[in-house]
Amino acid sequence: MDQNIVTALSLSAAVLFILSLGGLSNQEKAKRAVWYGIIGMALAVGATIFGPGVGLSSWLIIMLVIGAVIGAIVAQRVEMTGMPQLVAALHSFVGLAAVFIGINSELNPPALTDAVEIIIHEVEIFLGVFIGAITFTGSIIAYGKLSGTIDGKALVLPGRHAINLVMLAATLYLGWLYLGHAGTWTLLVMTVIAFIIGAHLVMAIGGADMPVVVSMLNSYSGWAAAATGFMLGNDLLIVTGALVGSSGAILSYIMCKAMNRNFLSVILGGWGGTSGPQMEVEGEMVPTDLDTLAGDLQNAESIVIVPGYGMAVAQAQSAISEMTRRLRDQGKSVRFAIHPVAGRLPGHMNVLLAEAKVPYDIVLEMDEINDDFPETDLVIIVGANDIVNPAAQDDPNSPIAGMPVLEVWKAKQVVISKRGQGRGYSGIENPLFFKDNSRMLYGDAKASVDALLSKLN
Amino acid sequence: MIIGAPKELLAGEARVAMTPESAKALQKLGYDCQIETGAGVSARFQDTDYEAAGVTVASSASALYEACDIILKVRNPEEKEIGHLRKGQVLICWASPAQNEALLEQVKAQGASLLAMDMVPRISRAQKMDVLSSMANIAGYRAVIEAGNQFGRFFTGQITAAGKVPPAKVLVIGAGVAGLAAIGTAQSLGAIVRAFDVRPEVAEQINSMGAEFLMLEFEEDGSGEGGYAKPASPEFIEKEMALFRAQAPEIDIVITTALIPGRPAPKLWPAEMVGLMKPGSVVVDLAAEQGGNCDLTKAGEIIETDNGVKVVGYTDFPSRMATQSSNLYATNLRHMMDDLTPEKDGVAVINMEDDVIRGVTAVHNGAITFPPPPLKIQAIGKPQTATPAEPTAEEKAAAELAAMKKAGRQQTAMLIFGGLFMLLIGAYAPASFMQHFIVFALSCFVGFQVIWKVSHSLHTPLMAVTNAISGIIILGALLQLNSPNFIVSLLAGISVLIATINITGGFMVTRRMLAMFQKS
Repeated sequence: MDQNIVTALSLSAAVLFILSLGGLSNQEKAKRAVWYGIIGMALAVGATIFGPGVGLSSWLIIMLVIGAVIGAIVAQRVEMTGMPQLVAALHSFVGLAAVFIGINSELNPPALTDAVEIIIHEVEIFLGVFIGAITFTGSIIAYGKLSGTIDGKALVLPGRHAINLVMLAATLYLGWLYLGHAGTWTLLVMTVIAFIIGAHLVMAIGGADMPVVVSMLNSYSGWAAAATGFMLGNDLLIVTGALVGSSGAILSYIMCKAMNRNFLSVILGGWGGTSGPQMEVEGEMVPTDLDTLAGDLQNAESIVIVPGYGMAVAQAQSAISEMTRRLRDQGKSVRFAIHPVAGRLPGHMNVLLAEAKVPYDIVLEMDEINDDFPETDLVIIVGANDIVNPAAQDDPNSPIAGMPVLEVWKAKQVVISKRGQGRGYSGIENPLFFKDNSRMLYGDAKASVDALLSKLN
Repeated sequence: MIIGAPKELLAGEARVAMTPESAKALQKLGYDCQIETGAGVSARFQDTDYEAAGVTVASSASALYEACDIILKVRNPEEKEIGHLRKGQVLICWASPAQNEALLEQVKAQGASLLAMDMVPRISRAQKMDVLSSMANIAGYRAVIEAGNQFGRFFTGQITAAGKVPPAKVLVIGAGVAGLAAIGTAQSLGAIVRAFDVRPEVAEQINSMGAEFLMLEFEEDGSGEGGYAKPASPEFIEKEMALFRAQAPEIDIVITTALIPGRPAPKLWPAEMVGLMKPGSVVVDLAAEQGGNCDLTKAGEIIETDNGVKVVGYTDFPSRMATQSSNLYATNLRHMMDDLTPEKDGVAVINMEDDVIRGVTAVHNGAITFPPPPLKIQAIGKPQTATPAEPTAEEKAAAELAAMKKAGRQQTAMLIFGGLFMLLIGAYAPASFMQHFIVFALSCFVGFQVIWKVSHSLHTPLMAVTNAISGIIILGALLQLNSPNFIVSLLAGISVLIATINITGGFMVTRRMLAMFQKS
């Protein structure tokens, strides 16, 4: 295949990728949009294989087939609650591939004559490997934390900022040496350091900040691909990498905004400083039971359900969906309120509810539903805590002050399904639980909702 | 320990301090329960109901006092009942210790302890045992019902074939628990409700119940300790009377609920106001027991004035709904016992360190412990005095304009900076790099424009699909695959493998997810 045809096909692929991402603006278009992506990818890969200098070797076919089979099996088997882990794992692959390709490019450099071109090429290799390596280990740690094999709590080493700075300085120094043609070893040592930086960064970030971390790694995987594109002089890689990179960056931004936190403070771990003592929480948590709640549900006309990560942990989505269906059959208005950072992945709750066959048009975003709470009879909170904490608005000294939250306390009654009396991820008391119109329903969310179903006829 | 509830002695008192339901809860706390025979009859609880709930029925009051360690009552005890008390016994009832010094002395002399339920401090934790609130709620409701009974017209306005009926106009004075309950009841019966209170901060609560708050233009805050009102200055009363004078001819029903703790009720609706009202109007005075808010009120009676206005001075509103009020009162008492029994072992502990228990304890260990010291924690948050001024429309517009200008300046600065940066690169970098760089910059730009439009609910599919297309890195690996260097070839092969996992896995899982999104 002629190089010009390869270029033309690459251009088509790039356009198809853009259409594919743009199509996600609504649920119906999205189903078509994925096909654009698939066709684009097929064009790009086909054009490269049959283009100049590659060719279809048996080695290639074996790798392609094995990869496709593994990918297909994983995609079929993954539970929707396991999506965050899968996404993190896939990021790590891109990172690792970027590292390998960068090292390959060092081992087998293209024939360049211009001194500036050589330097630029070396910077590109160095940068591509660096970002790729951080993405790789960062994603692996994120995978471990999300799947529970690594403790989800933030690991806070003493002087961790200093450690990061020292490693960064070492990377810069190695980069200087590398550009001075000190040899391949500098690249390899830098790769190891970048592996450590990636792991250390993500280790220091706790469970509920994972939406930001996963979006950030998504972004990095894109930038790694773009850097590889520069290194190889391949425009399609650059375009796709830039699309993915900006996508991840926007998601991180949205997540940070939803927590009213600064990107750097999330990535560097820990909560921001507070200026004074937190408000004393007055009152008492009043428990309720299933019979009372069943009665409340029968009496309520409009109901809003607020799911959080606890719903995913308890796998309660199907039971909740069934309850929603029955209540809707009785002519009640039942809606879901989704906070942007609910769950461990942007949009995680939407996918879980969709899996449980909750129609997406009753699943609303925070901004769409916040004004409706005063007219709501009953709010049921399933495994959510910080995202419904009124201290974010009332208490300027609260660590989450200023974070946009779902104003559930304005509803006539709030029932909170919770495993125990513990605190949320941020470790702060939730005054919502102590309000007069709040009732606590202790116990596993799935067991509670299942038991509730038997009482709703 | 054994808890017992005797029959109330006061004539017309129909309530009882223990219901079969509360007895069950008390037994769960480890207590044995007794009830005097017939104590619950006027509240519609038969002895057999109590027996079914595991309560022992005592044949007489003296037998009950003999057997029990803790006595639960509604009204404050009469001479005869105090005589029954013995050393170490605990009496829990409504006691008004501020007005009943003699009672405290007598209980002290008997060596018993007295917990006054009407002294429960007004803090959130103690709301569940706040008998003032639970009884006031009933009184407020019943006041409207009694007024309706005396009032010769509909509450709600109607247009019928037989003519038009105007809605009743109700004025509620004092928006405490009773006042708010009265507002709610009158409102739901269809009346036009107005309300007045000396505490400006309750305006919001009044409005939330659907009534109109009668605003008094005066610089004085009538809020006192613990969310109650304090006495007003003469100038303030002057203004207030002028307001009422304007309302009186129009209003059909007045419900007064104004009380100031430890003082006679303020005279808010003097005879002059009653004189201004239309014939057939009704005044219900919930403060009758404390002397009444109206000059003409006679405690326990209904009188009709010369101009045909009825003044209801009943003092037993809760008792008129004995089953309901007994249930609530008994539940309040049950919560009190809950707090008194920290170990849930049927042993009451009067812990004077506890704010709530300290507050209610009037006599203990042979000493009068009333009045309690001030609360350690502020009972009810003081209203914030200085509310920040609402920005006016012009200020808002100006702020928006300033923000716009700032954003514009920032954007310009970034464009200039970015342009200079490009120039800098362009000055040194070779043509091939510049070409790629332009592609990169434009792609970022397109990416930002496209991604902002992605629906929030599709963020997870977005991540999965970007995962799939970031598998495009496979192109790099493909180009290196045919290298003569074995290591390069191997690494490229592995890269092809994992990038393929990304591509197939990413696209397939996205399709799976999107297929799940269904419209209702």
